[in-house]
Amino acid sequence: MKWLNIDKSDRMLLVIFVLAVLFAPIIMEPIGGGYPDLLQKFAIFGVFAIGYNILFGLTGYLSFGHAAFLGVGSYTAVWTFKLLTMNVIPAIILATVMGGIFSLAIGYVALRRSGIYFSILTLAFAQMSYNLAYSVLTPITNGETGLQLRQQDARVIDGMFGVERTDALPSTDLFGLAMSGWSGYYFCGVILILMFFISLRIFRSPFGIMLRAIKSNQNRLSYTGVNTRPYTLAAFVISGMYAGLAGGLLAVTDPLAGAERMQWTASGEVVLMTILGGAGTLVGPVVGAGVIKYFENIFSAFNHGILLDAFSFLPEALQQAFATLFGLFVGEGWHLTLGALFMLIVIFLPGGLMEGVNRIKNVIRRRSSSSGPPPTTDVSVKAGE
Amino acid sequence: MDAFILQILNGLDKGGAYALIALGLTLVFGTLGVVNFAHGALFMLGAFCAVSMQAFLTLEKVVLDPDNMTAWGTPAEIRTPYIETWLGDFGATLIDYSVPVSILLAIPLMLLIGVVMERGLIRHFYKRPHADQILVTFGLAIVVQEIVKAQFGANPIPQPAPQIFSGSADIGVMLGFAENAIVYPWWRIVYLFFSAAILGSVFAFLKYTTFGMVVRAGMADRETVGLLGIDIDRRFTIVFGLATVVAGVAGVMYTPILSPDYHMGMDFLVLSFVVVVVGGMGSLGGAVAAGFLLGILQSFASMNVVNSLLPGIDQIIIYLIAVVVLLVRPRGLMGRKGVMED
Repeated sequence: MKWLNIDKSDRMLLVIFVLAVLFAPIIMEPIGGGYPDLLQKFAIFGVFAIGYNILFGLTGYLSFGHAAFLGVGSYTAVWTFKLLTMNVIPAIILATVMGGIFSLAIGYVALRRSGIYFSILTLAFAQMSYNLAYSVLTPITNGETGLQLRQQDARVIDGMFGVERTDALPSTDLFGLAMSGWSGYYFCGVILILMFFISLRIFRSPFGIMLRAIKSNQNRLSYTGVNTRPYTLAAFVISGMYAGLAGGLLAVTDPLAGAERMQWTASGEVVLMTILGGAGTLVGPVVGAGVIKYFENIFSAFNHGILLDAFSFLPEALQQAFATLFGLFVGEGWHLTLGALFMLIVIFLPGGLMEGVNRIKNVIRRRSSSSGPPPTTDVSVKAGE
Repeated sequence: MDAFILQILNGLDKGGAYALIALGLTLVFGTLGVVNFAHGALFMLGAFCAVSMQAFLTLEKVVLDPDNMTAWGTPAEIRTPYIETWLGDFGATLIDYSVPVSILLAIPLMLLIGVVMERGLIRHFYKRPHADQILVTFGLAIVVQEIVKAQFGANPIPQPAPQIFSGSADIGVMLGFAENAIVYPWWRIVYLFFSAAILGSVFAFLKYTTFGMVVRAGMADRETVGLLGIDIDRRFTIVFGLATVVAGVAGVMYTPILSPDYHMGMDFLVLSFVVVVVGGMGSLGGAVAAGFLLGILQSFASMNVVNSLLPGIDQIIIYLIAVVVLLVRPRGLMGRKGVMED
C-alpha cells in the first residue's frame, strides 16, 4: 500500500525534509542561524532554487533571466497589498500567476533556441525588464526608490471587511496572524515543504523523465518523433511560477520591491545556489540556497575588529596580517568569497555538494566492504536500493 | 541632417568599444570553443592599467614651504611629481599622456594575464559543457572585479585625456555645415581611429600571416590541423592572449570617455555578448559589423525625438534587436553553419 503514491525512500526523504523545516530554529541555533529573518530567507530562496532546478537540473537549459520573474512576483505582491488587501494569500497567488504569465511570454520566444543562445536570450529579456523597471515603468515600479506601501493606499477588500485604518503602516497578515517573526518563517516554511513536494512529484513523473531525456539527448528525442518544445516550455513556466512565488514571499516578509532584484547578478545567484547544492538533485538546491544565504549573513557581518579578535592567539604582527588578508573575503568583500566558491565548485565538484556527499558515502562504503562482505559494484548497489 | 551625422558619430565610438570586446569574444569562441564570461573583466582590467599608470606617474614629493603660509597658519605644501623632478619637461608630458602611455604597460601585462588564465583555467574546460564554462568564467569575473574593488575602491576614477585632445572638434565646419552644428570631442575621434587600427591589424594578422592562416584553419577544423602535426593548442593559447590584449587596450583607451569603476566590465560584457550573437557566433566580421551597428542604433534610440515616440526604447533597443535577429536569422547576421550550433 503506497501512501500518496510515493515509494519508500522518497517518503523518508520527505519526512526528513518536513522535520528539518519544522525544527530548523532548533537545528540552526548552535551555529547562530536560529532567527526568523535568516530562516525566512532560506525558505524563500529554497523555493526559488527548487523551481530553477526544475528547468536547469532536469532539462539542462541554463537561464540567466530568472531574477526577472522574482522581481515581477515582488512587484505583483506589493501591488496586491496596496490595491486589494494586506492578506498574503491573494498576494502570493497573484505573484505566482504573474510569474507564470511572464515566463510563458519569455519562454515562448527564448526556447526557440538552445544552448548558449538560450542563455543569452534569457539574459537579454531579463536586462530589458530591469532597464524598463528602472526607467519607463517608474509609475508602476517606482524606479530607484522601489515600490513601497503607503498609508493612504486603496486596499479595496480590506475596506469592504471594515479593517480600520490606523496611523501606522499596515503589516502583512494571514487572516489576522501577522506575518512577522516566527509566524512569517513558518508560513514560508510550509510553502517550501509544499513546493518541495510538488518538485518531488515532478521528478518522479513521466513528465520529469521526459525532461531528463531532453537533457541527455534532445536530438534523439526529436528523431523518435517527440516534439520537445511543449515540455521545455512547461518546465520553464513552472520554474517561472516558482520564481514568482519566491518574489511574492519576499514581499510578504518585507513589503517593498526594488528593481535590483531583477538584475542579472541576481539570476547568477540562483544559478550558483542550484549548482552549489547539486543541479538535478532534489534536496541540493535547498541546501545550496541555505549555505549561500547563511554564509552571506555571517560573512558580511564580519569586520576588521572581529577578525582581530579571532586571530588574537597569534603574535601581533601575524594577527594584523591575517586579519587584513581575511578581511578581503568578509564584510564588504563577501562577493569575493562567493566568486571564489563558484569557481571552486564548478572546477572540482561539478555535481555540487550532493555529489560530494555521495562521494564520501562511496568511500565509506568501500572501506567497510573491503573488510566485510565482498565488494559490490555501483550498478548492483543502485539496483539494490 | 547634422543631427543625423552627430548621432552616427556618437554611436561609432561606443560601437568601437563593443566591436573590440566582441572581436575578442568571438576569437575565443571560434578557436577554443569556450564561452568566456570573464572577458568584460579583462576590459575592466585594461582600464585599471591606465588608472595604476596614472597613479604611478603622479606619485608626488611633498615639500613644506615655510615662506608661504596657508590660511590656517601652517606652511603650504609644494607637490611635485617625482617623474617631473627626474625627467623635467618630458616627465610633465608623460603625465599628460598617461592614458596612451598605459598601453605600453597594458600590452605585456594583459598578454601575461591571458596566457596564465588560458593555461591555468580555460584549458581544463575545453571538453566541459558550455554551462560549466559560463559558470566558471562568471565566477572568475566576480573574483577579479572584487579584487579591483578592494584595491581601487568602488567609485569611478576619472582619467583625463591628453591636453591637446581634451577639447572638441567642430566637425560640422569641416563638412560644410553651420558652425557648432556638429561638435564632437577629440578623444572620441582618437578612439574611433584607434579601434579601427586595432581591428584592421587583427584582421591583417589573421589574414596575411602564416600564424593567422593556421589559426583560421584551426577554427574551421581543429582536428585535421592537429593531425597535420601542428601544435594547435599552443597557438590557440596565443590567440587567447591576443584577445585579452585587445580587450585590455580597448579598456585603456576608453578611460577618458567613461571613468572606470569595478563593474564596468560586467556592463560591457552583457552588451558584447548580445553583439556577438547578433553578428553571428564565430564570425569575426559579423562581430565587428554588429558592434558598430548596435552602437549607432543605440545612439539613435537615445535621441529626444525617438524617445518621445517610443519611451524607454533607448534602454532596450539592443536587447530588442538581439531578440528579433535571433528569431529571424537564428545564426546571427553573418553566422556560418556548423559553428556553435549545439
